[in-house]
Amino acid sequence: MKKILCVILTAFSAFVLGEYLPWWSVAIAAFAVALIINQAPGAAFMCGFLGIALLWIGSSSWINHLNESILSERIASVLPLQGSSILLILLTGITGGLTGGLSALSASFLGRPKRERVDYQNYYRNKMK
Amino acid sequence: MRPIPFLLSSIVTIGLVYILNNPLGDAIPMPLGTFLSPQHGFWQNAEPADADFSGSLDIPGLKDKVDIFIDERLVPHIFAQNEEDLYTAQGYVHAKFRLFQMDLQTRAAAGRASEFAGQKAIDFDRSQRRLGMVYAAENALTEMEKDPLSKKIYDAYTRGVNAYIQSLTPGKWPLEYKLLNASPEKWSNLRTALLLKMMAKMLTGGSDNDLGYTNAKTIFSDDAFDRAYQVIPDSLRPIVPKGTVFPAPAVKPVAPATADSLYLSGFKPVAFTENYKPNPHNGSNNWALAGSKTLSGSPILANDPHLELSLPSIWFEIQLTDNSGTSYGASLPGSPFVISGFNDHIAWGITNAQRDVKDYFEIRFKDGKKDAYWYKGAWEPANLRIEEIKVKGGETVYDTVAYTAFGPVMFEAGFPDKTTGNRNLAVRWIGHEGSDEGVTFYRLNRAKNYGDYVEAIRTFTCPAQNFIFASKTGDIAVWQQGKFPARWNKQGLFVMPGEDDAYQWQGYIPQNENPHAVNPARGFLESANQRPADAAYPYYIPGAYITARGISIEQKLEKIDKATPEDIRHLLNDYDNVTARAIRPALIRLTNEKMLDENAKRYLDMVKKWDLQADPGSQAQTVYQVWMDSLRAVVWNDELLQVTPKAPMPDEQVLVELLLRDSTSAFYDNIHTPERETVRDVVTAAMNKASGKLAAAENEGKLEWSKFKNPSIFHLLKDALPSFARRGLPVGGHGNTINAITVNHGPSWRMLVHLTKETEAYGVYPAGQSGNPGSKYYDNFVDTWVKGEMYRLWIMRKEDAGDSRVKWTMALNP
Repeated sequence: MKKILCVILTAFSAFVLGEYLPWWSVAIAAFAVALIINQAPGAAFMCGFLGIALLWIGSSSWINHLNESILSERIASVLPLQGSSILLILLTGITGGLTGGLSALSASFLGRPKRERVDYQNYYRNKMK
Repeated sequence: MRPIPFLLSSIVTIGLVYILNNPLGDAIPMPLGTFLSPQHGFWQNAEPADADFSGSLDIPGLKDKVDIFIDERLVPHIFAQNEEDLYTAQGYVHAKFRLFQMDLQTRAAAGRASEFAGQKAIDFDRSQRRLGMVYAAENALTEMEKDPLSKKIYDAYTRGVNAYIQSLTPGKWPLEYKLLNASPEKWSNLRTALLLKMMAKMLTGGSDNDLGYTNAKTIFSDDAFDRAYQVIPDSLRPIVPKGTVFPAPAVKPVAPATADSLYLSGFKPVAFTENYKPNPHNGSNNWALAGSKTLSGSPILANDPHLELSLPSIWFEIQLTDNSGTSYGASLPGSPFVISGFNDHIAWGITNAQRDVKDYFEIRFKDGKKDAYWYKGAWEPANLRIEEIKVKGGETVYDTVAYTAFGPVMFEAGFPDKTTGNRNLAVRWIGHEGSDEGVTFYRLNRAKNYGDYVEAIRTFTCPAQNFIFASKTGDIAVWQQGKFPARWNKQGLFVMPGEDDAYQWQGYIPQNENPHAVNPARGFLESANQRPADAAYPYYIPGAYITARGISIEQKLEKIDKATPEDIRHLLNDYDNVTARAIRPALIRLTNEKMLDENAKRYLDMVKKWDLQADPGSQAQTVYQVWMDSLRAVVWNDELLQVTPKAPMPDEQVLVELLLRDSTSAFYDNIHTPERETVRDVVTAAMNKASGKLAAAENEGKLEWSKFKNPSIFHLLKDALPSFARRGLPVGGHGNTINAITVNHGPSWRMLVHLTKETEAYGVYPAGQSGNPGSKYYDNFVDTWVKGEMYRLWIMRKEDAGDSRVKWTMALNP
């Protein structure tokens, strides 16, 4: 539940910020959400990645549907994507997703307790206690 | 907190954002993050197929509300209550649909293409600056703003363009800015002047051949030169019908005493290469039929300007209505007014005059500083203009251009390259002279009769055009209008001495002596870039004339009787190869079939059986044209290659006249062989040469004419965006057919107007109203154009606001 909430919150806040700020506001959104909803680094990355990637894939797919793929096919030939609208939408999603994911990952390290160092010398003695 | 993983992860994140926020070299020239972001980048330009173009905007400076009704083809029908508001609305609409095009064209005109294209455009920009394009536009602007009415209108137009630009956030900028990582720039009256200078260069820049002819003169005798580069072919059908009597000239230029010794002898080759010379095919057709030739008894007028075909098109269709009336037709984004069109009383169309209005003068500088030159026996100071060329992704380039009594020194050591020796050529161009071409269209848009039309075009200076005219009152007329130097024989044909004013232009041909014709007995007039008059015209008028289409149009119009608009539409799409019709018998007769290889025999047979139509599917048209091109090379190259750079290839019509009338010309002989080749030898050899090329095309399945020439319409950024182009269009035609489609060049707007009580008009151009490659209106006219069909143009009345053809409405409020 927390994971789904995190993804939705990331996507929503990125969309709102995007209306006012440049594209890299997706990093701010993912970062902020990851600070608020504290998760392990792996889970935080996934949340940031999915939040932004789904936002970008979803909105570009919708735009592309309304546009009947006129522009995406042209752009997918300017970028080396063999004219494929689907590859272009995936590239869009991965680009946004990586930005969001890495940003969320960074935030997760800020909010995590310092991991206890393992005392190898006294490992077994401690275990025996 | 885990500081080290945090730091590492943050550095990677910031690094990624940095990379995605900047261009990634040539392959990916745009910042990928912005570009791909659905809220900021190109996705914002992916217009919904059912996009809503309705809306309203407040534009400070408007006097009243303007209503814009947009029909299903995205043609705006603008209704304003005064002319200022009308042109503000036109500026707004032009910008809304064509902003990037307007910006690109005027930056390129000003020699600022490097701001978009980077280093590869520096040479182009230098050539624009050195031709004096900005100087020309500044002179035009002074003239445009001198007249209070003109100034008011250009200001109004500029206001409209800027109102649109200011309404945009970067996410809404045209797609091309995002691809190029650039931003729009505010409009100004100077940029409108620059657009008109772009047209002036496009349409007069290829009409002079001073440098090439100077080189040709080093290899040809006077007599041979005159025959190789003749401009009055026997087959000529001039614009002003043959037999017209011209009054004695009011201006009689006199050749300087030194002409024979200093100018017309001792020719030395000019090593400069003229890069970026406009396409010599920039031509057009127009014609007008009087009521005596039409079924309805009302005149019919047709016009198809042949220009480079591009997406978006150079043209934008529009209806302009204010309290003075309605005009409709093709407009030029970047300029107010309708340029080729009609109103409720008259119709007009334009073709290019092809006259030489640009001359070169040889300058002697005092020293390398180039701030003084020898003129009238003293060192005259030159004005040095420092040109600053900003380059995307590179350092700013500076160029110094010396301005002389003749004009800017275009060519010199160091331009166009460092190896061209130490000559200096100043250029004098009519386009440099201050003039306001817009006012002609302002008046034409409102003209009611022949008198108004003559008054409208009277001041038109450059690029000289053939203005064809027809009115509902039944008059037809054509004037070749421009400002032309009155030249003595051969003045300005070659590079002229520039050490005094002896070779300067002595005056201009009086406007009322420009070639013109009104209501001829034969009931029609036409112009198709041919020489405007035969040898009876009393002035020396060199130019780059095109003869074939004029012959074709006259042959067809002579035969036509009781013409309907449908007949005229067919004529606009005519593929009849009139050149081949004239010379095929000679070509066949002069071919020595015994000397042909097997393929060549087969190809000759195809030409024999050909119906002489340059249809898209015709294989014989391909054979004929390749044979003809091969023949031109065989006949001329042995002579032309004696000089570097190569002398200009004589016009195809010259060879046509030779084949028809001179079977023993010395030109047929290959000067590099001891024996003397005859016309039979060269015609046969040309077919054998052509057959190799034809066989290669045939093996690839590309012998059909449209497959062979591969007609294509490219986006304005050309090779950079091949996926934005429409390639391999199934159209035929050639420069010598009425439907003059070459590879990426041809009828850029086809219009026909039937001047009945209720005007019946048709038009089409090969692109679409929207310049946005993400719009379905980007190229939706192309297929109609390919099929040779035309749209019925809807002259909307204000009371039609509820008509089902109105799809969207825009309101501009004060």
